[in-house]
Amino acid sequence: MTSHLQGAASPGQPRRLSTEQRESDHSWSSYVYAIGRAGTDLDAIAPRLTGLRDGRVRTVAADGLAALVSSVPAGAFSAEGMKAQLENLTELEQIARTHHTVVEAAHTGATVLPMRLATVYLDDARVRAMLRERGAEFDALLSRLEGHAELGVKVYADPRAAAADPPPAAEGPDRAAPPVSPGRAYLQQRRAQRQTQRDAYRAAGALADEVRGRATGLARDRVTHRPQQGELAAGAGENIANEAYLVPVDRLREFHRALAGLADGLPGVRIEVTGPWAPYSFATPPAESRSA
Amino acid sequence: MADPSAPSDPFPEESLAGRQIALIDLLDRLLNGGAVLTGDVVLSIADVDLVHINLRAVIRSITPDGPAPW
Repeated sequence: MTSHLQGAASPGQPRRLSTEQRESDHSWSSYVYAIGRAGTDLDAIAPRLTGLRDGRVRTVAADGLAALVSSVPAGAFSAEGMKAQLENLTELEQIARTHHTVVEAAHTGATVLPMRLATVYLDDARVRAMLRERGAEFDALLSRLEGHAELGVKVYADPRAAAADPPPAAEGPDRAAPPVSPGRAYLQQRRAQRQTQRDAYRAAGALADEVRGRATGLARDRVTHRPQQGELAAGAGENIANEAYLVPVDRLREFHRALAGLADGLPGVRIEVTGPWAPYSFATPPAESRSA
Repeated sequence: MADPSAPSDPFPEESLAGRQIALIDLLDRLLNGGAVLTGDVVLSIADVDLVHINLRAVIRSITPDGPAPW
């Protein structure tokens, strides 16, 4: 193969290369999805997976560890190229979902350490060097994560939902009540709204504390994420707590049960459990994992 | 968790299977979590943080009053 010369591939021209060609061609980089132990089910899982840009997923092993890797175009996954991609929401979503699909498939069959999005090496040799360099650390993390999954717990305050379902006393002030001036009615309404809002936030805060108490007893670790805001935070109401728990897989059900129904009878308060996830939030050493 | 359909088994094992995961939940994990590798990474840790911060800023700044900048 002689296509190592720069410019051998004209931009935009689609190329079909075998995995072997991709691995040794410097116009391709190695994207790492997750790390696990070599000789486990990862070798069986990898060939069934499709990575970014439809690349085939393979394992790259060294010192008893294996990385799930696929080849990606070096240009688009250089620092510059990557930045451009990640700033485009459509491309970001595509990369995130593909990354997750690979990690998720690996997680269901083996203990894996998920990588942060956009972990790219120049080639497989560099991936092996990295595995050797940080082998002891990965080994310790994998041992800690074995038999665990991550569950996300979010608590929302939704005053509008509370207002839509008000207590009986606040209902229909214009029913048979003595006439109230429009100004006075407006003020009464505003006060009721503020009260409802305060109640919803107070109840949500109390619920978040209770959730934390119950969940912590069943989990091995907890990480606090920033409350979700902005356009992508599609859930109704305001997210006031966003946490991840590292839970033994044989206690996932128990964890769910412990939180079930906690928000019942609390107007304007909602609890949402996501997962089980691969242990993304616990893939860094404990000392570094407290992000916010 | 919205799971009203199966009261006897409110939390099926594959609770994520068969439905689209919210992108924001995914990004919480893929941008804040995941093992961070340094060394020979093409994208340096500083770049990752930069991308990360820009992205969070964009995501957090998109509101009905301030439409997406793209």
